[in-house]
Amino acid sequence: MRKRLVILSIVLLVSIILFLAYKLTGNWEYAIERRSYKVASLILVACSIGYSSLVFQTLTQNRILTPSIMGFESVYLLFQSLIVFWYGDKTFQVLTQSNNFFASILMMIGFALLLYFVVFRKEKNNMYFLLLTGLILSTLFNTLSSFVQMLIDPNEFSLIEAKIFASFNQMNVNLFWYALAASIIMMILAMVNNKYLDILALGRENAINLGINYNRVVLTFLFIVSVLVAVSTALVGPIMFFGILVTNLTYELFKTHKHSILVLACCLISSITLIMGQFLVEHAFNLTTTISILVNFIGGVYFLYVLLSAKKI
Amino acid sequence: MRIAGYIVVLLVLACLSLFIGVKDISIADIFHLNEENRLIITVSRIPRTISLILAGIGLSVSGLIMQQMTQNKFVSPTTAGTLDAAKLGLLFAFLAIPESGLLTKTLFAFAFTFIASLIFLNIADRIRYRNIIFVPLVGIMFGNILNSVSSFFAYRYNIVQNVNAWLVGDFSSILKGNYEVLYISVPAVALTYLYANKFTVVGMGETFSKNLGLNYRQVVNIGLFCISVAVSVIIITVGSIPFLGLVVPNIISLMYGDNLRKTLPFTALFGAIFLLFCDIIGRLVIFPFEIPIGVVVGIVGGVIFLILLLRKR
Repeated sequence: MRKRLVILSIVLLVSIILFLAYKLTGNWEYAIERRSYKVASLILVACSIGYSSLVFQTLTQNRILTPSIMGFESVYLLFQSLIVFWYGDKTFQVLTQSNNFFASILMMIGFALLLYFVVFRKEKNNMYFLLLTGLILSTLFNTLSSFVQMLIDPNEFSLIEAKIFASFNQMNVNLFWYALAASIIMMILAMVNNKYLDILALGRENAINLGINYNRVVLTFLFIVSVLVAVSTALVGPIMFFGILVTNLTYELFKTHKHSILVLACCLISSITLIMGQFLVEHAFNLTTTISILVNFIGGVYFLYVLLSAKKI
Repeated sequence: MRIAGYIVVLLVLACLSLFIGVKDISIADIFHLNEENRLIITVSRIPRTISLILAGIGLSVSGLIMQQMTQNKFVSPTTAGTLDAAKLGLLFAFLAIPESGLLTKTLFAFAFTFIASLIFLNIADRIRYRNIIFVPLVGIMFGNILNSVSSFFAYRYNIVQNVNAWLVGDFSSILKGNYEVLYISVPAVALTYLYANKFTVVGMGETFSKNLGLNYRQVVNIGLFCISVAVSVIIITVGSIPFLGLVVPNIISLMYGDNLRKTLPFTALFGAIFLLFCDIIGRLVIFPFEIPIGVVVGIVGGVIFLILLLRKR
């Protein structure tokens, strides 16, 4: 286990250096600075999504779900579509990028908290109910977004397209620092609670038997997950299948149930995947596609493989 | 309510639907129509009403058959990736043969929905007895995979907005000459009625139906064939209408139980009534404009589904 972690760290280091140094010509100081921000944000998003997917799968006790199915992304998409629909090409004058960032985060977290509040009001094992409610709401929001998008002037649609498909190409540096601050706070909160994860993985009844205040701990984790997902979605856009891809890779490589190892491994693997993915987008696809589309495509196909090959799901 | 009651309601709504629109034609005018009104009635109003009825019947019966075959009340074209598969097929028809006519597109959509339904059934088979909510969750994830493939190609060819617009069910563009392909769904629905009892047996599992002397594979394939035909012609002509195939069979099953042969006519009629009703609402709310039916049904159906879900617990 330890050996594999070391190898992964080396791979991560190599991919960071490759990303920073590949085809570095001309004004290299400027390029290095730009690329460093990009790498840092890639790692930030990778760790946020990787960690939240891992935790979410532990809470729901299965390996084929990601937090995004609760509807965060559709809230975000609907919000972005509505803004462009109302303000058209004046969107940037009316709503600055950072205001949009904060508004989106507030919307997503507000939505999540409302959902938890409604579903967890009664003391029952409501995890699946929570998911299905989230799914229905997200289908509803997606229908609304499709409707709004249909009405938008095709010339202005490119504004939304940039928001729908996650991309690290036009990232705002200021936003990165806000996102980093928010994520660090959540990470500290997560550190304090991470010790409960191994017990939560045993299931609700066992966890309660072992003296855990189940609902409180689960809600804490759901809160952490929501904030992390909301921040990274608002920063770069939705990446739905990324979480499934990296958690399953983690379980494949590390056959353990100890979250102390899994969390670290998952963060390493997601950072490597995202950095290499972005590298491919820039140099192999020449930016004809975006990282989210590529990751969703690969992650989706891999997920289908997982679904079809597993004997019991 | 007896079956005659449903037919009366359906006829009343159909008549109402004929006389609602921007051009004011009252029922009294029916016997002395001038040339212009006659044209509007025959070219636009009658085709629209007929396609509403056919789409309502097709989608709700498809939902019912899917629910019977998986023995799960939450499965429907929306929650099993069927709609997404049709969309993917349409996209491929568009890319492979840009000048393809309605029939080629239908064939592509049909092929994709059929294959996708086979795959979904295969996956659902292995999780059937675990958790009733888990099957639709997997189905929606499956739909998202298909969607991620669609967006990969749509983004490369710069037709994201068009592809998203296909998603929104809309009857306003139905005219004489472009809806007739919907009639193909009639024999498909009729066939499901003949096989109604066998679908119920198939729902009990492969071994059980073989024990009863049923050709399991054949019946399953016929069921999927009918569903795929109905769903793909509806997607091609109208677009996707979320939740219809989910909500209608559930309401009917709450009132009349689960004897498929008995409930199938009720489901079909109620589906048509529900769709006509939603369409009339959509046309009246912001008269003289209209809200696409996909949005109206999405909202009404989503709310009803949530209520059903809350009651079920």
